[in-house]
Amino acid sequence: MALFARAPVAPLEYSRTLWMRLWVGAVMVFLYAPLVVLMIFSFNDSKRNVVWRGFTTKYYEKALGNDQLVEALINSLTIAALATLASLVLGTLAAVLLWRFRFPWKGAIDGTISLPIIVPEICLGVAFLMFFAAVGWPTDLVWPFNLGAITIAHITFCFPFVTMVVRSRLASFNREQEEAAKDLGASEAQVFRDVLIPHIKPALVAGALLSFTLSLDDFVITYFTSGPDTITFPVKVYSMVRFSVTPEVNAASTLLIILTVILTFIALKAQGVKAIAETH
Amino acid sequence: MTETAKSIIQIQNVSKRFGKVTAVDNVSLDINAGEFFVLLGPSGCGKTTLLRMIAGFELPTEGRILIDGQDMAGIPPNKRPVNMVFQSYAVFPHMSVTDNVAYGLKIAGVKGGEIKDRVAEALDLVKLGGFGERMPDQMSGGQRQRVALARSLVMRPKVLLLDEPLSALDAKLRAQMQFELSELQEKVGITFVTVTHDQDEALSMACRIGVINKGEVAQLATPSDLYEYPSNRFVADFVGSVNIFEGKLTLDEPDKAAVDCAGVGKIYLNHGVTGPHGADVWIALRPEKIYLHVPGEGKAVKAAAQDAPDGYNFARGKIKGMSYLGDITLFEIELESGARIRVSRPNLSRHDQEDFTWGDKVSMHWRADSPVVLLG
Repeated sequence: MALFARAPVAPLEYSRTLWMRLWVGAVMVFLYAPLVVLMIFSFNDSKRNVVWRGFTTKYYEKALGNDQLVEALINSLTIAALATLASLVLGTLAAVLLWRFRFPWKGAIDGTISLPIIVPEICLGVAFLMFFAAVGWPTDLVWPFNLGAITIAHITFCFPFVTMVVRSRLASFNREQEEAAKDLGASEAQVFRDVLIPHIKPALVAGALLSFTLSLDDFVITYFTSGPDTITFPVKVYSMVRFSVTPEVNAASTLLIILTVILTFIALKAQGVKAIAETH
Repeated sequence: MTETAKSIIQIQNVSKRFGKVTAVDNVSLDINAGEFFVLLGPSGCGKTTLLRMIAGFELPTEGRILIDGQDMAGIPPNKRPVNMVFQSYAVFPHMSVTDNVAYGLKIAGVKGGEIKDRVAEALDLVKLGGFGERMPDQMSGGQRQRVALARSLVMRPKVLLLDEPLSALDAKLRAQMQFELSELQEKVGITFVTVTHDQDEALSMACRIGVINKGEVAQLATPSDLYEYPSNRFVADFVGSVNIFEGKLTLDEPDKAAVDCAGVGKIYLNHGVTGPHGADVWIALRPEKIYLHVPGEGKAVKAAAQDAPDGYNFARGKIKGMSYLGDITLFEIELESGARIRVSRPNLSRHDQEDFTWGDKVSMHWRADSPVVLLG
């Protein structure tokens, strides 16, 4: 019988110990139960979100038919896309600059570059509100130029994250590869394109994912920088919730969750999860 | 002029200083076209800096470097007619073997068809034919090195620079690659300049060796000259194993000389030394040049040696240490004066090591042309 007996649990086989499984399960419930509840109640056939009154998809139709909500969603996605692109370029350049060159005030710049991450969001929000008012930033531009203020604000707090992940990736770069490329005739620009960019690609994907999600769900800073014509999704949901939490909000949120999951999945697939994990 | 025509690289009074540290100190060297040149020296001696200056990754503080007669001042690494194989190989990890080897040709704007042919030829040359589709992380260290070699050779450089090419390989593979590199060099006819700290590597591969010490050229010679006729104590000690005795030149005639060494006594030579009488000199004596007598054999050898035209040096001592290395046995022998001398003895029969044991009183001799007199 011993032949078929289970091997005893080895010291580091935590996945086979009962208490560890219970603990992991508890953590999962703690983290994801609210999301699951939100998704389930988006199908609730009730005006209020407290009691289950049967299955319906009408709130999805309602949410998708809500022009203001859809417009807010489109605004959010546009801002996120623009902020991500700009953050990638700025963040990567900043990371390469700090990694590669020595120049006066480097330490100070190194320190202040991550300031937008450290400064409380509410302060940043107020600061942007005052700044845009002070410079007389135009508010009557046509779409998508009216999103400029919000996008600039988002870039400010997104690009330090890109800089951080790209820098940690650059730390593992073998400078001899750069020299090898030059030795084979490559110019600085060709070295950057053919050797450095491929090396930091996982960090670029990770940085883009971070920027996109940070921008998409930012509420505080956006609240201070948005005008009546430039409502974003989180701001719109907030204003809807102020009246009542209807399943329509749930439905819209569920759609957003699914959208981000799909985007993340595509990004991870495109790059390979392992490579991204390597950057951290 | 004929002398310069043969040189592919001329290093003229080159110095390199990093802040207050002088890495390379007024080095002048000519490297001949088509030779396998090795820069040998301990770590931190400046040999890699010298190589990197040839490649263009470092700029000389003083002096100039000419490649094929052309001054390299102001010419960046990507425009120099040399290619380098890096110590870490620096194979591009995100490119296949073919793409790695083709990279330089693509940059140079070579046409697709020709790239394909030349890449295939280069891969065959380094015995990697059929590996073109592999990614670097699917290859062993030795194979990655071959990729790096092919990537440089495909450019058909005038000079191939190799930075410690074999240091990351295990002993067996290293021996094989030493042989293969020499063979490859003969086949392609390109000048190879290699940097190494490994004397075996240098001796086995090089046409000529430049020994570098503290940023200066300590000696420039062929491998056998370097070993048999070292010009100073540093070279004698760094290349191979050696006994060095300090002494005074007491006799110096055209056909014989004697050096009185403290603890060893007079060492006779069968040739003259051009040094002032009574000068402080050093005697370098290789352990394998000393013949250790099997107990009881000494008298007969001495009798026979008396008739030898050049004469022999004799010494007596006690075995203080023995290490059996298989092919040879190393002995540490204490002379009557307390001085110690290292002797190596080939194990010509399977029982040779049984003839000696710790504490044995032994005698030994060496030929009068074996010691090297060093003035510095």
